[in-house]
Amino acid sequence: MGSKYYLTHLKELESESIYVIREVFAQFQNPAILFSGGKDSILLTHLAKKAFWPAKIPFPLVHIDTGHNFPETIEFRDNLAKELGVKLIVGSVQESIDKGMVQEETGINASRNALQTTTLLSTIEEHKFDAAMGGARRDEEKARAKERFFSHRDDFGQWDPKNQRPELWNIFNGHKHMGEHFRVFPISNWTEMDVWQYILMENIELPSLYFAHEREVFERHGTLLAVSPFVTLKQTDVVMKKIVRYRTCGDMPITGAVESMASSLEQVIQEVAASRQTERGNRADDKRSETAMEDRKRQGYF
Amino acid sequence: MTSDRKPRWKTEKDKDIFKPNKMSNAYLDMELLRFTTAGSVDDGKSTLIGRLLYDSKSIFEDQIDAVKSSSERKGLEHIDFSLLTDGLKDEREQGITIDVAYRYFATPKRKFIIADTPGHIQYTRNMVTGASTANVALILVDARNGVVEQTYRHSYIASLLQIPHLVVCINKMDLVDYDEEAFNKIKADFESFASKLDVQDVEFIPISALVGDNVVHRSEKMPWYEGGTLMYTLENVHISSDHNHIDARFPVQTVIRPHRQEYHDFRGYAGRVAGGVFKKGDEVVVLPSGFTTKVKNIILDETELESVFAPMSVTMELEDDLDISRGGMIAKPNNKPDMTQDVDIMCCWLNEKPLNPIAKYIVKHTTNDQRCMVKEILYKLDINTLNRIEDDKVINMNDIFRARIRTTKPLMIDSYRKNRITGSMILIDEGTNETVAACMVV
Repeated sequence: MGSKYYLTHLKELESESIYVIREVFAQFQNPAILFSGGKDSILLTHLAKKAFWPAKIPFPLVHIDTGHNFPETIEFRDNLAKELGVKLIVGSVQESIDKGMVQEETGINASRNALQTTTLLSTIEEHKFDAAMGGARRDEEKARAKERFFSHRDDFGQWDPKNQRPELWNIFNGHKHMGEHFRVFPISNWTEMDVWQYILMENIELPSLYFAHEREVFERHGTLLAVSPFVTLKQTDVVMKKIVRYRTCGDMPITGAVESMASSLEQVIQEVAASRQTERGNRADDKRSETAMEDRKRQGYF
Repeated sequence: MTSDRKPRWKTEKDKDIFKPNKMSNAYLDMELLRFTTAGSVDDGKSTLIGRLLYDSKSIFEDQIDAVKSSSERKGLEHIDFSLLTDGLKDEREQGITIDVAYRYFATPKRKFIIADTPGHIQYTRNMVTGASTANVALILVDARNGVVEQTYRHSYIASLLQIPHLVVCINKMDLVDYDEEAFNKIKADFESFASKLDVQDVEFIPISALVGDNVVHRSEKMPWYEGGTLMYTLENVHISSDHNHIDARFPVQTVIRPHRQEYHDFRGYAGRVAGGVFKKGDEVVVLPSGFTTKVKNIILDETELESVFAPMSVTMELEDDLDISRGGMIAKPNNKPDMTQDVDIMCCWLNEKPLNPIAKYIVKHTTNDQRCMVKEILYKLDINTLNRIEDDKVINMNDIFRARIRTTKPLMIDSYRKNRITGSMILIDEGTNETVAACMVV
């Protein structure tokens, strides 16, 4: 537009993310992509494919499986790994529970979300990953607004918000001591809308959960939850059949569905544009306290 | 060597045709503008950012609800927009911003990234960080107090980091009865100071972030002001020339060797264009070796690109197999960066531990890591007066100084004025691995 050196913002974001992913490859011995099955980690994987084409993605996908995932997510994950020819490593929360590393929450609002941290850290340790890339974005939550692209973790995997390295220009400092590792967030600067528009522009395949489908749900704390073997229904819970879709792909017991008829990417985007609730607004794990996310991050959450 | 190759890449044009729906979506035609904000503690910076987000309808209902109820709990009558942007627990408790936070919003014309930096005296380093990637700096001045010491400091940092555009927001106009005289006085004061700085483009806007005058909506209370609102300025400032499109520079991040049957001979150099333009067939020089060759192909993913420029990430194939790896740079034979082991730099010290004049540091410049020694500190700068201090060369956190370093091997550099990417570097402490200095090539 006007200038011949005009780059659209999506292309600029793409360039920035690819630069970061390549820096990770060049600066670390043993990096990995944390793959949740959600659209952000699918985007991240897509960008990694672009970054190294025609070579294959030179790092494994690591999935922390809570055992409470949507089956659609697991199927999608397996297909994607196969198609890209990348190694898939699954860290199992169930295993951490069985080994007695963590105690499962009990009660009606029980969630395995917090337990992921332990499994994640032990998976990182077991495979000696020195950099774990994630699809977190700064616009998601206020504690993430201050996250660096290269986020340094001590040898307990913990994040100290007051002791972060300044990040200048596009120079990323991945120097570290033995035993320490980094979390890297290549799509830090993307917003939810950017992610959707890019997915549309690039025609990236997503799990069916993101599109309208019929499902048995019930309402709890103002959120529509899917009926699944992982939730305990109260007697007063009313199960309904509704046309819904998901805005994020978390665990079945905590991820809220939204009523929607959006069955194509274009319709989803229209819905996102008109939406007046943040996408994490439907995550029960963030609602526990005003600083829930920051507290989990300090302990080593994604 | 080229003959046996089928056209395995689609061209850009083909790709357009393959698109499922050639979108006429305005969202795909937006530019990205990064700006930073600076102001003293009570200049209303967080309120301004909150106001921009709120008036541009970038805030979701649940966020507004959370802020409304927090404001009520604090016993406030109005919505405290600063609560929207103060992220971490400590600062919510202390009511101050303690680190660089990034915010996002979009209008139909542009997407914006705000590097929100705190205005405290001890946090020069944060502003330097936020300024390093910015196209525009917003400098807030309280209309009641006028230009103060911190205004000088912030403006100097903006000029040091070569932010191409400065917007001075004279805030709290509602508290000086929207007085034109007050605005003009501050403008004149600022201009006389700015004449000593290296800034090209300065604009002044009278606003009230609290009430919303001239932020997104035009104020009816200042008919004497004929310029645009802050939002208009942000949407229209010319930024596509902010990158260097003259001096071709391509720092190599990594070499791509697919080890796949069908791409057996493929050897691609992955990187992000740091300046100038590269086209297929261009004669190029490979540094540090100095050999020349031609660009065989430029790709990203399965797409072949005709011409590439900063800040695009691409993979480049060259006609000849040359010894080039991470840390190397591709440039043009008649336009090369300086190759030198002795570099003159302006620096900001970022670490609590003072500079150790006898220590070695790691210097990180584009994709190149070297060790270096600080050979000489020429002077420290008093950034309130811009006077040089030559009798005290102890470098502490937040100090701005000029130094000469010597590296173990030559770096391929340009002056920071010419290129913000090939002209910038950081120093890393070998013991702690922390980033201790931000440096700009003089």
